[in-house]
Amino acid sequence: MNVFHIFDDIASFDADVYDRFDTRRKVMRQFARVGRKLTAASLPVALGTMFQKAYGQVPSQVLDVLNFALTQELLEIEVYTTGYRSVTFPDMESKQAIEIVIDHEHKHAKFLQDTIRALGGAPIPKPKFDVTGGFGSGNGPFKDAYRDFLFFLGTVQVFEDTGVRAYKGQAPRLIGTGDVLTGALKIHSMEARHAAKLREMRKKYAGAPVKPWITFNEPGLGDKNALVMKNYMGEENTKQAGIEITNINGMPIEPNDASESFDEPLTKEQVLDIIRPFLVM
Amino acid sequence: MVKQFRTASEGRQEKTAPENAQRRAFLRYAGISVASTVLVVSSCKSDDTALAPAPAGRAAKLGDIIRLGTGDVAVLNYAYALEQLEAAFYIEVVKAGTLMGDEMKYFTDIRDHEIAHREFFKSALGSAAIPALTPDFSMVDFKNRASIIQTAMTFEDLGVAAYNGAGKFIKNPDYLVLAGKIVSVEARHAAYIRDLFIRNNFSNTADPMYGLDLAKAPGEVLSMADPYIQEHIDINGSGLIG
Repeated sequence: MNVFHIFDDIASFDADVYDRFDTRRKVMRQFARVGRKLTAASLPVALGTMFQKAYGQVPSQVLDVLNFALTQELLEIEVYTTGYRSVTFPDMESKQAIEIVIDHEHKHAKFLQDTIRALGGAPIPKPKFDVTGGFGSGNGPFKDAYRDFLFFLGTVQVFEDTGVRAYKGQAPRLIGTGDVLTGALKIHSMEARHAAKLREMRKKYAGAPVKPWITFNEPGLGDKNALVMKNYMGEENTKQAGIEITNINGMPIEPNDASESFDEPLTKEQVLDIIRPFLVM
Repeated sequence: MVKQFRTASEGRQEKTAPENAQRRAFLRYAGISVASTVLVVSSCKSDDTALAPAPAGRAAKLGDIIRLGTGDVAVLNYAYALEQLEAAFYIEVVKAGTLMGDEMKYFTDIRDHEIAHREFFKSALGSAAIPALTPDFSMVDFKNRASIIQTAMTFEDLGVAAYNGAGKFIKNPDYLVLAGKIVSVEARHAAYIRDLFIRNNFSNTADPMYGLDLAKAPGEVLSMADPYIQEHIDINGSGLIG
């Protein structure tokens, strides 16, 4: 990425951005030293330095979105690592797939923490979680997911599908933040890749009636469906921006295709409602 | 003047009443103002006379230069171009009948998803839409499974990178969510197809430091898509450079 474009991005929501830095030339000189191309590794630091110098602080909404995302990543890590340690994997391939996803979730959390710090904020400390979804009782409906590989796969499928919906819902609150938004979008599509893989694994190992994409609002969890209805509510939508996708422009697009071809967002309130049983208050 | 212009363009396209109603519904939903409707002009071919817009769906001709318009319209047209390419590819894949069993079933699903995306953008853009593009798949062997899967992987990863890279150009929050609704489905396609190629390869686009997916600037995406499209898409003046 090109650092010089960051200023143009900022200018799109703050016309005075260049005035906030001493002079455009001085800023350019400063960044000429680190080179025109920034690597992913140095991005949070560079962003943070600029924001701190220029504003003293970052709009609180941006930090709120990033910490909200961080909470979910930390919960996912807890669920995954608890399951990884306790379930019996049927083969190396399935174990390796879960290792790949766990590795990414750790890195996403690190990205969010580094970005929050670089923007001058404080990453939330890891909350106390109840991975059974029992509001702290340790005896919630997901208790057996940590003994049963197939239930575990179902649980993490739901977490990934929900994560995709959560990031999607928050994206508009990052408009104008340029590369911070891009970072969130990159996590969003990575979560969707994870979700697709887990759904394929559920089909392979559990014979579950799921495809890599979500058909209507079907969780595909059989007798566990009732536990996760809120996670899929709204995914059955076939109308986008007022346009009906089923048979759009005379094309033979069936209602299931119409629902599969667009994933749906969740609001922050909906996500909090879903994850509340996993938080120990 | 604007009103006359819109009436004329809608008349020329002979849209059916429901189509027009849908388009009006979308414009209302998206909050597009009359002023942005005038952007139709900049999405025409450069050599078009007067204010005549290229009617949506009109086939482009070999060697045409396609301009995307500006602002959010340019982003939507950019997405429309890529969805046209993807849909055309999967239509050929299904027609060729090379894939078997579950693979064929899933590629048929993917074809229908891409057609849904393509038609959505076409309807949403209405008279601001770029013309129908002419794909060039001469380097794809549709009788060869590996060639199909390799090309599908390229297109899906490119689609994900394109939407991720275009997000920051979008001004309207509703459009950003719409792009988000589509890109995660493309990422699901990409993960499935990558795993057909090499097991557990579903997320190998992640960067080693932060596990982030790809994002590519529109210019880079279009130069990669260019060999597959007979027309040339020109993003100069579209605001999609940066």
